[in-house]
Amino acid sequence: MTGSEELRSRTRELLAAHPPASTDRLDFLRARFDAGLAWVHYPEGLGGLGAPRSLQAVVDAELEAAGAPDNDPRRIGIGLGMAAPTILQFGTEEQKRRFLRPLWTGEEVWCQLFSEPGAGSDLAALGTRAVREGEDWVVNGQKVWTSSAHVARWAILIARTDPDVPKHRGITYFVCDMTDPGVEVRPLRQVTGEAEFNEVFLTGVRIPDTRRLGEIGDGWKVAQTTLNNERVAIGGMRLPREGGMIGPISKTWRERPELRTHDLHQRLLKLWVESEVSRLTAERLRQQLVAGQPGPEGAGMKLAFARLNQEISGLEVELLGEEGLLYDDWTMRRPELVDFTGREAGYRYLRSKGNSIEGGTSEVLLNIVAERVLGLPPEPRTDKDVAWKDLAR
Amino acid sequence: MSDLLYSEEEEALRAAVRDLLTDHCDAPGVIARTESGTPHHLALWKALTDGMGLAGLLVPEELDGQGATHREAAVVLEELGRAVAPVPYLTSAVVATEALLACGTDDLLRDLATGTTIGALAVALNVAPGAAYRVVRHEDGLLHGELTGIADAAVADVLLVPADDGGLYAVDATTATVTPQTSLDLTRPLATVTLDGVRGRLLGDAEPAVRRALRAGAGLLASEQFGLAEWTLTETVRYLKERKQFNRPVGGFQAIKHRLAQLWLEVVNTRAAARNAADALANGHDVDMAVTVSQAYAAPVAVHAAEEALQLHGGIGMTWEHPVHLYLKRAKADSIAYGTPGAHREALTALADLQAP
Repeated sequence: MTGSEELRSRTRELLAAHPPASTDRLDFLRARFDAGLAWVHYPEGLGGLGAPRSLQAVVDAELEAAGAPDNDPRRIGIGLGMAAPTILQFGTEEQKRRFLRPLWTGEEVWCQLFSEPGAGSDLAALGTRAVREGEDWVVNGQKVWTSSAHVARWAILIARTDPDVPKHRGITYFVCDMTDPGVEVRPLRQVTGEAEFNEVFLTGVRIPDTRRLGEIGDGWKVAQTTLNNERVAIGGMRLPREGGMIGPISKTWRERPELRTHDLHQRLLKLWVESEVSRLTAERLRQQLVAGQPGPEGAGMKLAFARLNQEISGLEVELLGEEGLLYDDWTMRRPELVDFTGREAGYRYLRSKGNSIEGGTSEVLLNIVAERVLGLPPEPRTDKDVAWKDLAR
Repeated sequence: MSDLLYSEEEEALRAAVRDLLTDHCDAPGVIARTESGTPHHLALWKALTDGMGLAGLLVPEELDGQGATHREAAVVLEELGRAVAPVPYLTSAVVATEALLACGTDDLLRDLATGTTIGALAVALNVAPGAAYRVVRHEDGLLHGELTGIADAAVADVLLVPADDGGLYAVDATTATVTPQTSLDLTRPLATVTLDGVRGRLLGDAEPAVRRALRAGAGLLASEQFGLAEWTLTETVRYLKERKQFNRPVGGFQAIKHRLAQLWLEVVNTRAAARNAADALANGHDVDMAVTVSQAYAAPVAVHAAEEALQLHGGIGMTWEHPVHLYLKRAKADSIAYGTPGAHREALTALADLQAP
């Protein structure tokens, strides 16, 4: 077990050997990975030291104090939060060595080819087909809501390899090269006017069997790892007071007294309290994770933030009155990041509508809380023992 | 940042209190007691105080207290809330004790810390920290007047009475006329205190003592509200897994699952807000904000939880026999106690710098 003192001294060694001020950013990140200080809870040789996850904070604090560059985690969130833990758990040694280092340094961006037009909440019903041909799989189908697809080098992909068994059993998990012929990425314009996501059309894409993750037919199980890690990543953040959507509206309220009404004041105070309490719940969850006692609260955080973001941004548009009738820009752009605070209230209002749909709809998440946390009976299932090809669609 | 978790010692304390309440404070007993002339459970109070020393958690050890903090008192209140226990813990061991701590009154603190004496601050239960409260007339060394809405006064041995000269006086309860009021909350009943020219001992300035006492009361009430809400949610979930209609457990209907999941989110939030308030009171950091946020949030959640519990229990929830009404009455009264959620939100106008029009 590597303790915090040892991590601190290893971090100082890294900084001494590669002074951030005179080292190329990428060289520094590669050196950090090779020193096992990228994600200390990963194994040695794969960017980590097999240390407790909570000790990452020790390394990060040292590096931040020394002005070291980071790997811009917001730009490579899918790689870090979803692809990496899945590769770590299910990948071959060769796959781990090939993929994890450039993933962590951000040299290779990852995206996720999961959702389909016909498989949203019911992801396991997906219809993208992968058919074995010699040492390759030939993939045909359409994926949707893929952020970063236009900049990604790699994708994690789930596809149907056996249509004759019930839907959860006939799926296999692959790594797809986004530069391969047959991969076509088209922007998907959304209600905000921009195209933050893409549609991805896969036509005769050949994926070598060596880029399969996990066993044939085990893709659903592998995907659970991906999705569970997404939730851990969401639960780990630490926000300052007014750090979320309540920040911009509070600022406007203070700076624009002419907009204030009694009704808006009452509603703002209520949402301010709820935001502060949600922040405390997220902080409590973070403290539980650090203490090694993860609680089920994470399941609820996304639900809470989706509703708050929507209510607060809706109130903000109303507060602005005549200005609320305007919109900053309908130009279709393809941003790499979602930036709630870089744009105006109308954008926040429209974009936050997606918060209760993306990454699990609020309705599905309420079912998950009810069944997995409260232990209430599951929804009646009519699709459990039916072959995928015989399902209604 | 506050420590929002429970320590091992706090969990051990919780387990001990819960065991005691399981053995000595079941719902049928509480209901039966509310129908008698003596709704308070004084044998339980003796076990909590004499037996476990819990009345002295906020009192320093040199004054016969436990020298613990609001964090531990909050854990006790979570458990008392779960059981709607009719004991004067919040009123005597927290509110009256805080008023005495503000005045630095050693001898009375000793008596309250051991639990042999029950104290009650003679300020109406609905008064928020910092709000105006009624006082009695101080004339020729004697106190005259009537104060209403005094929680747990019926079992108090000593009343802490604010007077019009700005002083806070200790009054022997046997010299006052204490008349029970028919109260919405059967388990924390109110009384009228009438002083007809009685002698009081000056403890100190009323204003800072009352403010400090009510602030601690409001902040720790959030833990009671959390305990109450958690019990009603847990009990409702348990019942709905068993109760069958249309050949299915009622808890399997999605309309109901979603309501319970939503309530769980609120209960989880309440725990964080309550822990934050308890930790702030214990450490003196950002106390006004933490207490205000906790009450603005926890009070409506406790009411919502109890109201959902009644509705989702169906007909049985509407009966006197089922304990859910005790929780509903406590939750509703708690939402007025030490300031309504609206009063606490109003306080945020200044605390969070969100000025009114």
